[in-house]
Amino acid sequence: MAPYKNSLAAVVIIASVITTSPISSVYAADEGTDVAYNVAKQDWTFGSMTGYFDRAQLQRGYKVYKEVCSACHGMKFMYFRNLSQPGGPEFSAEQTEAIAASVEVEDGPNEEGAMFMRPAKPSDKFPLRFKNDKEAAAANNGAVPPDLSLMAKARTVETHSAWYMFPVNMVTDLATQYQEAGPDYIHALLTGYDDIPSYQRDGSGRLTQVKAGETVPNAEQCVAVQRGEGSDPDVCTPLGDGLNYNRVYPGHQIAMVNPLSDGVVDYEDGTPATLDNYSKDVTAYLMWSSERKLEERKKLGLKVLLYLIILTGLLYLSKRALWRDVEH
Amino acid sequence: MSHPSTYEPKTGLTRWLDSRLPLMRFLNDTIVTFPTPRNLSYLWTFGGILAFCLAVQIVTGIVLAMHYAATTGDAFSSIEHMMRDVNYGWLIRYTHAVGASMFFLAVYIHMFRGLYYGSYKAPREVIWMLGVIILFLMIATAFMGYSLVWGQMSFWAVTVITNLFSSLDGLIPGLGTSIVQWVWGGFAVDNATLNRLFSLHYLFPFIIAGVVALHIWALHIPGNNNPTGVDVSEKLKEKETLPFHPYYTVKDVFAIGVFAILFAYIIFYAPNYLGHADNYVEANPLQTPPHIVPEWYFLPFYAILRAVPSKLGGVIAMVGAIIVLFFIPWLDTSRVRSTRYRPLYKPFFFFFLFTCIALGYLGAKPAEGWYVIASQFFTFYYFAHFLIVMPVVGIIETPKPRPKSIAESIFNERRDPSSPRLVPAE
Repeated sequence: MAPYKNSLAAVVIIASVITTSPISSVYAADEGTDVAYNVAKQDWTFGSMTGYFDRAQLQRGYKVYKEVCSACHGMKFMYFRNLSQPGGPEFSAEQTEAIAASVEVEDGPNEEGAMFMRPAKPSDKFPLRFKNDKEAAAANNGAVPPDLSLMAKARTVETHSAWYMFPVNMVTDLATQYQEAGPDYIHALLTGYDDIPSYQRDGSGRLTQVKAGETVPNAEQCVAVQRGEGSDPDVCTPLGDGLNYNRVYPGHQIAMVNPLSDGVVDYEDGTPATLDNYSKDVTAYLMWSSERKLEERKKLGLKVLLYLIILTGLLYLSKRALWRDVEH
Repeated sequence: MSHPSTYEPKTGLTRWLDSRLPLMRFLNDTIVTFPTPRNLSYLWTFGGILAFCLAVQIVTGIVLAMHYAATTGDAFSSIEHMMRDVNYGWLIRYTHAVGASMFFLAVYIHMFRGLYYGSYKAPREVIWMLGVIILFLMIATAFMGYSLVWGQMSFWAVTVITNLFSSLDGLIPGLGTSIVQWVWGGFAVDNATLNRLFSLHYLFPFIIAGVVALHIWALHIPGNNNPTGVDVSEKLKEKETLPFHPYYTVKDVFAIGVFAILFAYIIFYAPNYLGHADNYVEANPLQTPPHIVPEWYFLPFYAILRAVPSKLGGVIAMVGAIIVLFFIPWLDTSRVRSTRYRPLYKPFFFFFLFTCIALGYLGAKPAEGWYVIASQFFTFYYFAHFLIVMPVVGIIETPKPRPKSIAESIFNERRDPSSPRLVPAE
C-alpha cells in the first residue's frame, strides 16, 4: 500500500503546485501569430462546489445587457419570468412586471384575425431583436449577432500545453471543477478591444512589433503576421473593412464594435461604472442565462454526494464484515 | 459455471411455478448460488457497474424522449426547454450525457481487464465476441445520441461520419453516394436523418440489453475467469469458489457506490467538462466549426481514421480496429491466460494500453505535422499488437510458473512464495 500512498501524495503535490502557479491561470488564446494574448482566469462567484450567483451582479448585468447588448443581440430562450425566479437576479414580481411591460410584443390573432401589439407580460419571451438572420445581417454589415442565451457555455478557451501536461491538466481541471472558460473568454473579449499592433519592417522584410508608446516611420498595422518562408518577406494582414481589432477574438478581427467603455451604463448601487465591472457583470448574467439551474444543481450535488458517500461507506463495512473470514 | 441446481421451492406457489416456468430456479442458480472464484479483484466489478450504466441510460433516456422533439427546427430548443423549464430536466439530461462517458470509461476498463487476464481465451471466446458486439452497438448508440442534441458538433459529426460511406465510391463508382443518400433519406443531413437517428437511438439500447443477456448467459457456462487464469478445479470447488450472493452482490454494489460517487461528482460539478462548447451553438449547415472533434471515447478510433492518407483506407482501418477484436481468441497463441505469468507479453500489454491513450490524445489534435506521424506509428502498433505480437509472443515466450490451482494460489502463495507446490506451467 505504501508505494500507492507515495504516488498519490506526489500527484497531490504536483497538482497543487500547478494550480497555484501563475502559468496555469493563463491560456494562450491564439498561437497563429507571434504575439501571444492571454485569457486570464477570473474569480467568479459561480465557480467551485459552493458556487452561487450574486443577485446584485446579475441585476447590474441585466441592465448592461438591456441597455447595450440587446441593441443587436437577442436571447431567444429567456422569458421575463426568469428574472424573478429563484437562482437568478431575483427582481421582485412588480419589478419584473414593469420590465416586461416596458416592451411591446406581438400577439394574436384577435377575433378579427389580425395580429396586434401589446405590452409584454412576465410569461412572454424576450422579444427578438431581428425577425430573421437576413435582417440581422443587413443591419450589421453582413455579420449576424449571435443569440446570447447560451453564450457562456458556447465559448471556451483552447489550452495549449505540452502533451505530457495533458493528464495533469485534465485531473487539475476536474479536481478544481474549472468550468468557467466560457465566462473567462467573454470577459477577455469584452475588455480585449485595443489599438492594432504596429510593426516595423527591417531590411530583410522581417516584421517586429513596435513597443507601446513608441512611434516609428512607415509602421505597418497588422492584425496578424505570417512569417515569410526562407528569404520571403513577412506577410502583414491588415484589418478588414468594417471589422474591429480585438486581441482575444480568434483571428483578431471581429465584426462587433467595441460595445462597452467606462461610464456608458449608469449603476445605481454605487458599483464603479468601469469597463471591467460592466464586462464582469454582464458575463455573470450570461452565465446565469446559460445555466439557470446552476445554484440548484450545486446545492443538490452536495446532498447527493453526502448520501452516496455514507451509503458507500456502509456498503464497504458490509463487504468487509462478510469477507473478513474468507481467504481470497 | 454450470453447476447442479440446489433450488428447492418452499411454498405451494413456487412449487407450482417451478414445474411450469422455473424462473425462481433460474434466478437462484445464476445470481444466488452461482459458484464464483473467490480470488476476483475489484477489476471484476465492472460487469456489474456496466449493468448499472445501461440501466441509468435507459431510464434517463426514456424520460428525455418524453420531452424531446426530433425535428431540425425544434430539437435544440426542446433540449433547452428541458434544461430550463422541466422539473429536474437538467439533472436527467446531464445524467444521460455524463452517463454515456461513464459507460465508455467502464467498458474500456472491463475490456482491458479481459485482455490482461486472457478472459477471451477458450472456453470464453463467445463471451468475448458478444462483448465486441456490445461495444459496436454502444459506439453506434452513443454516436446517434450525440447527434440528437443538434448542436454544431452534432450536426457536423453526423455529416463527417455519414460521409465516410461515400469512400465506397472508390470501389464501385456511385455505390458510396447512393448509400449516403439512403442513410440521409435525402440529399443532405436534414429532418429525415434526425428522425431516423432518434428512432434507432431509442431502439439500440434494447438490442444492447438483449446481447448483454446473451453475454451473461455465455458467462454462466464456463464461469468467471480469475486473476490467476487457472481453471476452478472440480475437486477443490468448495474451497475455491463462493456463492455469488451475498459475497459478490455486496462487493459489486459497493463498487457501484464508488463509481456512482465519481459519476455524481461530474454530473453536479463538471457536467460540461466532457462535452464541447460548440454543441451549445445550434446546428448551422452553412457554417463549419474550426475543429470537428468527436467525444473523448471515440478519439482513438478517430485518430486511426485520420492516420491513413486515403479516405477508404482510413475507414477500413477504423472499422478494422474493432473487427480485429473478434479474432483475438485465436490470435493469442499462448497457453497461459493471465498476463501475470507472461513476462514477455506484459510490457507489450502495457505499451498497447499506452498506445490507446496516445491515440486518444492524438485524435483530439489537428491532423498536421508530427501529430500525423505519431498517429501513424501508434495505428501501426495497434494492429501489430494483435496481428504480430499476440501470435508470436505466445509461441516464443516461456511463461512463469503458475499455481496448480486457485486454492494453491490463495492458501499457499501468500505465505510462502517459494513453495515447492508451485509447479512450472506444462
